[in-house]
Amino acid sequence: MSTQGKVKGIIANLVTVEADGPVAQNEICYLQTRGTDLMAEVIKVNGANAFVQVFESTRGLKIGDPVRFTGHMLEVTLGPGILSKNYDGLQNDLDKMDGVFLKRGDYTNPLDDDTLWNFKPLAKAGDEVEAASWLGEVNENGKPHRIMVPFVFEGKYTVKSVVEAGEYKINDTIAVLVDADGKEHNVTMVQKWPVKKAITAYREKPRPFKLLETGVRTIDTINPIVEGGTGFIPGPFGTGKTVLQHAISKQAEADIVVIAACGERANEVVEIFTEFPELDDPHTGRKLMERTIIVANTSNMPVAAREASVYTAMTLSEYYRSMGLKVLMMADSTSRWAQALREMSNRLEELPGQDAFPMDLSAVIANFYARAGFVYLNNGESGSVTFIGTVSPAGGNLKEPVTESTKKVARCFYALQQSRADGKRYPAINPIESYSKYLEYPEFEEYIAKRIGDKWIASINELKTILLRGQEVSEQINILGDDGVPVEYHIRFWKSEVIDFVILQQDAFDKVDMNTPLERQEYMLNKVMGICHTDFQFESFTEVGSYFKRVINNLRQMNYSEFETDEFKKFEEELNQIINERKVA
Amino acid sequence: MATKAFQKIYTKVTQITKATCTLRAEGIGYDELAEINGRLAQVVKIIGDDVTLQVFGGTEGIPTNAEVTFLGKSPSLKVSDQLAGRFFNAFGDPIDGGPDIEGQEVAIGGPSVNPVRRKQPSELIGTGIAGIDLNNTLVSGQKIPFFADPDQPFNQVMAMVALRAKADKIILGGMGLTNDDYLFFRNVFDNAGALDRIVSFVNTTENPPVERLLVPDMALTAAEYFAVEKNESVLVLLTDMTLYADALSIVSNRMDQIPSKDSMPGSLYSDLAKIYEKAVQFPSGGSITIIAVTTLSGGDITHAIPDNTGYITEGQLFLRRDSDVGKVIVDPFRSLSRLKQLVIGDKTREDHPQVMNAAIRLFADAASAKTKLENGFDLTEYDQRTLDFAKEYSNDLLAIDVNIGTDDMLDTGWKLLGRHFKPEEVGIKQELMNKYWPKEA
Repeated sequence: MSTQGKVKGIIANLVTVEADGPVAQNEICYLQTRGTDLMAEVIKVNGANAFVQVFESTRGLKIGDPVRFTGHMLEVTLGPGILSKNYDGLQNDLDKMDGVFLKRGDYTNPLDDDTLWNFKPLAKAGDEVEAASWLGEVNENGKPHRIMVPFVFEGKYTVKSVVEAGEYKINDTIAVLVDADGKEHNVTMVQKWPVKKAITAYREKPRPFKLLETGVRTIDTINPIVEGGTGFIPGPFGTGKTVLQHAISKQAEADIVVIAACGERANEVVEIFTEFPELDDPHTGRKLMERTIIVANTSNMPVAAREASVYTAMTLSEYYRSMGLKVLMMADSTSRWAQALREMSNRLEELPGQDAFPMDLSAVIANFYARAGFVYLNNGESGSVTFIGTVSPAGGNLKEPVTESTKKVARCFYALQQSRADGKRYPAINPIESYSKYLEYPEFEEYIAKRIGDKWIASINELKTILLRGQEVSEQINILGDDGVPVEYHIRFWKSEVIDFVILQQDAFDKVDMNTPLERQEYMLNKVMGICHTDFQFESFTEVGSYFKRVINNLRQMNYSEFETDEFKKFEEELNQIINERKVA
Repeated sequence: MATKAFQKIYTKVTQITKATCTLRAEGIGYDELAEINGRLAQVVKIIGDDVTLQVFGGTEGIPTNAEVTFLGKSPSLKVSDQLAGRFFNAFGDPIDGGPDIEGQEVAIGGPSVNPVRRKQPSELIGTGIAGIDLNNTLVSGQKIPFFADPDQPFNQVMAMVALRAKADKIILGGMGLTNDDYLFFRNVFDNAGALDRIVSFVNTTENPPVERLLVPDMALTAAEYFAVEKNESVLVLLTDMTLYADALSIVSNRMDQIPSKDSMPGSLYSDLAKIYEKAVQFPSGGSITIIAVTTLSGGDITHAIPDNTGYITEGQLFLRRDSDVGKVIVDPFRSLSRLKQLVIGDKTREDHPQVMNAAIRLFADAASAKTKLENGFDLTEYDQRTLDFAKEYSNDLLAIDVNIGTDDMLDTGWKLLGRHFKPEEVGIKQELMNKYWPKEA
C-alpha cells in the first residue's frame, strides 16, 4: 500500500504534509479537498513532514485533508500523437478540457487511446535490444515516430516477438521482450519518463557542429546556432523577443519544434494557435502545426506548474531526439521559470541569493541547458535537441542573476538592444555584443567550409570588424560634428550601415524577406562585402549619406524580391550602375 | 454579513502584528474569510492549529480576546444586473446608500481562461484621442496601462477614454484614489449620463491600504459576469496599480517574506499577471479590456512595478508634457500597443499604417534636430522643417485634448505631411501617395 498523509500546514501553494511511510524527493502526491484531487510535488522532507508545492490554487484546503503519495516523480506520457497537441505545464491536453475556464484538479489524457496507428516493425525476433532501441515505427504527421524499448528498461533484452505491420492502438502490445533472467515483458507504444531526469539512452554526445538554418540572417550569417546547440535571447520588453522567437520557430530547419510558453502572455500563445495551423512548413509543405508541440503555461496559470512546464517540454524534445530527429525547443521565458523557483524558495524560507533568487539558480539553469545536445544514438543514427531560451531581464539590466547564470552556459548570445528597437532596426540583436561560440569550434569550421566555402568564417570576422569600426566612427562624428572628421570616416560609417540595413535588418512581416535560405545569405554577404571592399570617391561628406542611401535602397529591394528573379536582377543591375558612379577605378 | 447561530466564536488571539493576527482554530480552509471584532480578515497561513489572518482594516485596537468567527468562504461578490450604476467598497458592499445587491454569490479571483479557448482580439476601440487611435490603437481584449508621473492627468484621460469607448459596461477599480479623484470620477460619469453602465469598486486613501488588494479581483469578477453571462464588451479601469503593488509589499513585509528588487515581493510578476491576464476575448463574443494606470517615480520604467507590468501588458501608453506646445501628449516613441497590428489598415483606412509610421519617423527626425540644436550644431533647412512639423503634429494630433474620428486623424496627418515635406521625403508607398497626397500643398 502506498504512503498516505495528512495536511499539517498551508502557506499559499506550499503545503506541509505528515506522511505515514517513505516519501521520495520530487515524488508526486494528490491532496484531496472537497472531492477534488490537487496534484503536488515533494520539494523538501523533514522527519515525517514532507513539504509539497501544489500545482493548483490551495483555496479551501484544510488541515487534516488526506494526501495520497504516488511513488513516482512528475512524469510525461510518451507515445504517438504528441505532435500538434497543446499541453499545459503538466502535459494535460488543453483541448480535452471542458468549458472556457480552467478547472482546478482537471487532469486530461495527453494521448488519444483510441486512435489507430499504422505500425511497421523495425526489429525482429531474436534481436538483442536495450533501452531506446527502435522496435518499429508509425507515421506521425509525416515524421517517422519510432516505437522504442522503454527508457526505464535496464540492461540487455532479447526480442521474443514483434507484431506484424498493421493498425494498432497505443496501448496494444506491439512486442514482447525477454530479459537476462528469462522474464517476459510486454511493450506497448506508450511509456512514461520523469521530467526532471534527462533521457540519456544514446551512445555519445559530441560537440555539436552542424549549422541549424533559421532563415534569420543576423543569426545564420553573423552568429550561427548549430543542431544541438544552445542559445539565449535576453531583452527588455518591447524589443521584439516574441516576434524573433516566432520567426525562428516558423522557419528553422527542424523536424520538430517544441514551444514552451512559460509564464508569458496568453494572447501570444493564441497567436500561435491561430496562425500555425494555417501556415506552411517551408521545408515540407505541410502545415506548421503538424510539426509543433506547444506547452503553454501562461503567466496566469499556476506558478508551480510553470516550473514543471520547461522540464515537460525538454523531456518531449529528448523523446523525439531518441528517434533520430532534429528537435528545436524554444522557451519563452526562462526568467519566469526562475521566478517560479524564487517564489517557492521564498516560502521555504531558504536563505536567498542575489535578488532573492535561490542560491542554486545557476546550477539549475546549467543543468537544464546541458540537456540539449547533438547525439549519436546506439544504432549509429544521430539526433539533436537545440535549445533557445529567452530571458526577460528586470529593468533591461543584463547584470541580473538569470541573465548572468544563463550566459555562463548558453553558447550563443543574442542581445536585444533597446536603442536598436527604438530605431526600428529589427531584429534588434546587437551584432557586436552578441556572439556564437560555435564560430570558434574547429568542427564547425570544417563543416561550414564544406557546406559554403573555406573563406566564410574569415568573411564573417571581417564583417564584424567593419561594424565595430563603423560604430566607433559614428561616436566620433557625434562628438566632433559631421565636418569635424575626414570624409573617409563617413564612408567607413556608411559601409557599416550597408551591412546593418541589408544583412542585419530583416522584415519579419514580409513574405520574401522573412526567411532567407543559406545560399541567398551567402550571395548577399558576398555582394555587401564587395561594396565594403570598394574604394569610393566623394568631394564632401554631404554626398556620402545620400549616395549610400541609394545603395541601401537597391539592396533592400533585392531583399524584398524573390531570389534570382528578373525583378531581383533588375535591382542588382541598377545597384551595379550606382556603384560604378563613384567607384575609384 | 450576519453571524450564523452554529458558528464557533474564538476569543484567544495569540499573536498580533500591524496587519495580521494569529489564533488557534480547527477545520479552517485556506483563503477563508473571517471576522475579527467586526473587521474582515482572510486566512493567509495555517500551521497545525495556528491560523494566521490578514486583517484588511489593520489591527489597530484589536485585543487578544477579540471575537473571531470564520465565514466558511473566500472573498466573494454577488453578481447580477443590479450591479450596474452602483458604487461599492473593496469588500463589494454598497457605499452609495443604495440597497444590497441580490444575485449569485461568486468567489473572486476565480480560475483562468483555458488558453486554447481564447479568441484572437480583433475589435478596435475608438477613443477619439489621436495619440491613441492613430499611433497606439486599442483592441478589445487588450490589457494596457498608462505609465505616468503622479502629476499627470491620467485619471482624466482614462475617464475620457472610458466614456468614448463604445463599451457595454465600464468597471472602475479605484485603489488608493484620493477622495477628490473619486468624486471626479463620480461627477464625470454622472454628467455624461453614463452611470447606468458603470460599476465602481473604490478604495480611497481614507481606507486602509491592505483593503485595496481586493479591488482588482472584485472589479474583474463583475467584469466576467457581464462578459461571460451577458456577452457584453466590458472595459475595466484600474487606477492606480502602483498603489496596489505597494499594498502587496506591505503584506509580504508583515509576513516576513524576503523582498526582491525594489522591496517588492518575489511574486510580484505572478500577482500582476493574474490580474492583467483576465483581459480576454471570449469565443461567445464578450470581452474584457483592461486599461490601467501605473504611476512612475520620475519617469523611471526600470522600477520593479512598471518593469514587471511592461512584460505582462500588451503595450503601454506614455503621457508627457510637450513644452513646445504646452500640452500633455501621448508620447509616440515610448508608447506602444502590441495589438494594433490586428486592426490598423484593416478595420481602419488602408493608409493608416503608412501615415502613422511616416509621421512618427519624421517626428523622430525632429527630435534629433533638436538634439543637434542643443549641442550647438547648425541646422539644415530640412531640420528646420521637421521642427515646424513636430510642433503642429504635437498640437493637432498627439495632444490629449484632440477628439476626432480616425479618418479625420489620417486626413490631418496627410495635411501636415504635405505642408512641410516633399513627397520623396515621407517614404510612403506610391499608390497611397497618388490617392491621398494633398494636391494644393
